Amino acid sequence: MPELEAVIGLEIHVQLATKTKMFCGCELSFGDEPNVHTCPICLAHPGVLPVPNEQAIRYALQIGLALGCEIAPRSIFHRKNYFYPDSPKAYQISQYDIPICGAGRLGDVRIHRAHLEEDAAKMVHVGSSGRIHGSGASLVDFNRGGTPLVEIVTEPDLRGAPEAAEWARLLRETVRQLGVSDVNMEEGSLRVDANVSVRPAGSEELGTKTELKNMNSFRFLQRGVEAELARQRELVEAGGTVEQETLHFDPASGSLTSLRSKEEAHDYRYFPEPDLVSLAPTEEMLREARESLPELPAARIERYKAIGVPADVALTLATDPRTAGYFENVVEAAGGIEPRVLANWVTGELAAALRQAEVDGGAADSRVSPGAMAALVRMVGEKKISHGSAKIVLAAMVLEGGDPEPIVEREGLAQMSDSGELEAIVEQAMADNPDAVARVREGNDKAIGAIVGAVMRETKGRADGGEVNRLLRERL
Amino acid sequence: MIERDQVLHVARLARLRLSEEEVETMVGELSGILEHVDRIGSLDLEGVEPTSHVVALENVLRADEPRPSLPRDVALASAPEPQDGAFRAPSPQAE
Amino acid sequence: MTDLLSLTALEAHEAMVAGDLGAEEYTAAWREAAGGDELNAYLWRDEGGKEAAAIAVERDCVAPIAVKDIFTTEGVPTTAGSRILEGYRPPYTSSAVRKLVEAGAPILGKTNMDEFAMGSSNENSAYGPVLNPWDRERVPGGSSGGSAAVVAGGLAPWAIGTDTGGSIRQPAAFCGIVGLKPTYGAISRYGMIAFASSLDQCGPLTRTVSDAALLLGILQGKDPCDSTSVGIEGGIALPGREDLSGLRFGVPAELRGDDYDSDVRAVFEKTLRKIEELGGEVAEVSLPSSEHGISAYYVIAPAEASSNLARYDGVRYGMRAGGDGDLVEMYEATRSEGFGPEVKRRIMLGTYALSSGYYEAYYGQAQKVRTRIAEDFSGAFGTVDFVVTPTAPSVAFGLGEKTDDPLAMYLNDFFTVPMSLAGIPAISIPAGLAEPEGGGTRLPVGFQIASPAFSEQKLLDAAYALEQGIGFDARPGGADA
Ligand SMILES: [Mg+2]
Ligand SMILES: [Zn+2]
Repeated sequence: MPELEAVIGLEIHVQLATKTKMFCGCELSFGDEPNVHTCPICLAHPGVLPVPNEQAIRYALQIGLALGCEIAPRSIFHRKNYFYPDSPKAYQISQYDIPICGAGRLGDVRIHRAHLEEDAAKMVHVGSSGRIHGSGASLVDFNRGGTPLVEIVTEPDLRGAPEAAEWARLLRETVRQLGVSDVNMEEGSLRVDANVSVRPAGSEELGTKTELKNMNSFRFLQRGVEAELARQRELVEAGGTVEQETLHFDPASGSLTSLRSKEEAHDYRYFPEPDLVSLAPTEEMLREARESLPELPAARIERYKAIGVPADVALTLATDPRTAGYFENVVEAAGGIEPRVLANWVTGELAAALRQAEVDGGAADSRVSPGAMAALVRMVGEKKISHGSAKIVLAAMVLEGGDPEPIVEREGLAQMSDSGELEAIVEQAMADNPDAVARVREGNDKAIGAIVGAVMRETKGRADGGEVNRLLRERL
Repeated sequence: MIERDQVLHVARLARLRLSEEEVETMVGELSGILEHVDRIGSLDLEGVEPTSHVVALENVLRADEPRPSLPRDVALASAPEPQDGAFRAPSPQAE
Repeated sequence: MTDLLSLTALEAHEAMVAGDLGAEEYTAAWREAAGGDELNAYLWRDEGGKEAAAIAVERDCVAPIAVKDIFTTEGVPTTAGSRILEGYRPPYTSSAVRKLVEAGAPILGKTNMDEFAMGSSNENSAYGPVLNPWDRERVPGGSSGGSAAVVAGGLAPWAIGTDTGGSIRQPAAFCGIVGLKPTYGAISRYGMIAFASSLDQCGPLTRTVSDAALLLGILQGKDPCDSTSVGIEGGIALPGREDLSGLRFGVPAELRGDDYDSDVRAVFEKTLRKIEELGGEVAEVSLPSSEHGISAYYVIAPAEASSNLARYDGVRYGMRAGGDGDLVEMYEATRSEGFGPEVKRRIMLGTYALSSGYYEAYYGQAQKVRTRIAEDFSGAFGTVDFVVTPTAPSVAFGLGEKTDDPLAMYLNDFFTVPMSLAGIPAISIPAGLAEPEGGGTRLPVGFQIASPAFSEQKLLDAAYALEQGIGFDARPGGADA
């Protein structure tokens, strides 16, 4: 039997961070008391009509442009009809055959489409088990009902669970940087479903897929897809066939449960929503959306690499636009210092110092101003302080802010400029470590570390490592 | 025109429960109506644009400005079975 | 008292504005008259005028009005003629009622109607049929039968209703009053309980064309709550046209068949001659697709209705039944007990037409027929100013006469449905009386005039001139004119 290849496509629901719902003026909220953000429209009282939220359209256009999608010159809303207590009208206003955003691409994955729709309400199941099956009733909270969503559907271009999770992270980062959503998976403002199938490697045909619902972290997404791929592979290898169904992944047990309805297959009876007119983005709407696009991760990585920042550091910065902005301010304040050096300081020593001090937030929120950071790196470059001393100064700056110079002075960390004094300490250290001296002379270069260490202890790190080495080598 | 099985299927989709008598009547009445309606099935309308509605408007949108929501007691006032500030409904058996 | 009630709404308004008529006295007289409803025309009446804060006017200076029970009124029962909304008091008020209240028109009450506006006889109300004031053995037409009956029966000076395929024009014709269906989009649909969203339109039912113009002027306008609303540019002025010279009236060749009452036809022909007497020209036009209007309509309207009525599910408001079972059981019990037979029939029809495998053959095809019908009208309006037809193929029929034959009932909309599909305005004015088939009291016959979208002013002007020329002044229970 040929090896089975994984074929994965994702469907991502992104809650838009508008002030109000998609079709009414109720405020969006998270975690409020149930049913305090409802009105006749989002409760689907008789006679109400939807009016689309302008900002949601703008955000959808931004997402579409960021994903390189073709924007439909004219798109319409459809009704997707189904009965369920979380759907007050018993239809969801969504887009069907003409979505606002058509084909696009992000990284290696093609986007099939991205469309606008409204979110369902929240249901809490009450009863014996707390689970859907066998429970007595559900309580419906319409606060979330009608939240604007953009649903992004990929082509089945992903070939493994880790790739799927990795790509989903890139998508989240991209959407987050647009500022159009909180993209918080635990709170459900980003929800990922996966369509999973397997096929003999090299085959062009698609196997029967199953749909994995609502995995609320990237880790669970990866584990869920892994579990389902394993299940399908085992099934097919044993000569069985995959049945189309919807599955729920339980991260606690690692098990997959079928959510398949016992009823007849859904028949959503889509038809054009007669209460709404068509969307035809004007040149101005498109220009506005284009202009409001920030620099996206992919583009930022390229730009940093071009100024000499190593690829891995560029990636770190690109996924953290606030730190990236901070870094750029440091570059500006530092004048001629190489961006590569500054990037290492920002993503390395500064990040470490913030972690060490257990300070919340990143560099951009810290007490270390870009100017002070640049000044510190410059002092190291000019050999005014040693690298080791700079770390001590930085730790102080994280706590108290301000410029590095007064801290250097206060702590007596200025690099030893009197080479006579340093020479004396070096010679004393050699005298104190005769064994090490002997080993170095026998050709064991590593043994020099012990003597350097002794010098550093004596100078409390104020000595320049390079200078200490030079003086030692002269004498050895 | 329309068979009994189709009537039952459609009733299920529409969440209507029909008595045996209603099913019988429905089969007859719907068949009669569909027979009349089916006349448009034979018209050659190739290339004719469908009309969803007659309004020639585009981009009728609302500014993203909050409007007051209903007080919760008002929202729940018409509910057949309010409970704990929410709308109670029987649980789906297997969905 | 009787004198007060004989004033038209416009006359009363002008007298109130001039200070010759006390608004309170006038409104009180109408509240008393409405209290004498023997036609089952009202479902709710605001007896003291103080019961409902949300619909209380600050200063009444416009004639009090009866409102079809399809318009939501905050805190006031609103049922759309359905059991499923029995006892329902909406938390908001429709834009149309809000405009009336703001204009100073007190709400007299909510009128009976076919359940969810589905019907042509008012026999589909969960609260019993409305009786025709001309002959209580007969239907008032539908679905705005209550609104037509209160105006014709002296229970309200005027009323509003809704028209999806003829629901204002046909009852107006059956009751001998004026009924106007404006252009789709002229009046906000916000708060008007949806039957078929792409067709529903609010409009006046009045004694005179001038009253209809006054009322349309109050109601029309773009509404931010209804993204399909447009309003009528320049508003509506009172009509004043004296003759019809220079105007061309087109009679559709396809609608000129003889498959409708000969007495109705005679009144229609006589009215055409009256048009010519008034200087108008009568010509023949062709509306080749209009004969498919009923077919297209009875796909599109039920399809939209099946979706619009899905929200009545027993969760958030309205009736609930079968509470002990599971979810599907509750849904089915609630909807089966809450909806009447005609509503169920149309939900079934519409669900079927949208269901997988049938969409293109039914809904898709019907929408294309709709395009063709609209094109037919555009073509006709290239050569004539108006298209005219009888409003209905017969005079008011007997209670129970057509309830067993839904298709026969649907065919009653033959003349009114094409204009609804095209979204254009059409008015029905009383043109004379005719003896029903099988004999009996002579009953009113309506004459329908349609015009291009948003040409209501021109339509009302012509209808006014014709109204003056016809001089219809028969009243229910009175002697013929
Ligand atoms: Mg979706
Ligand atoms: Zn709302």
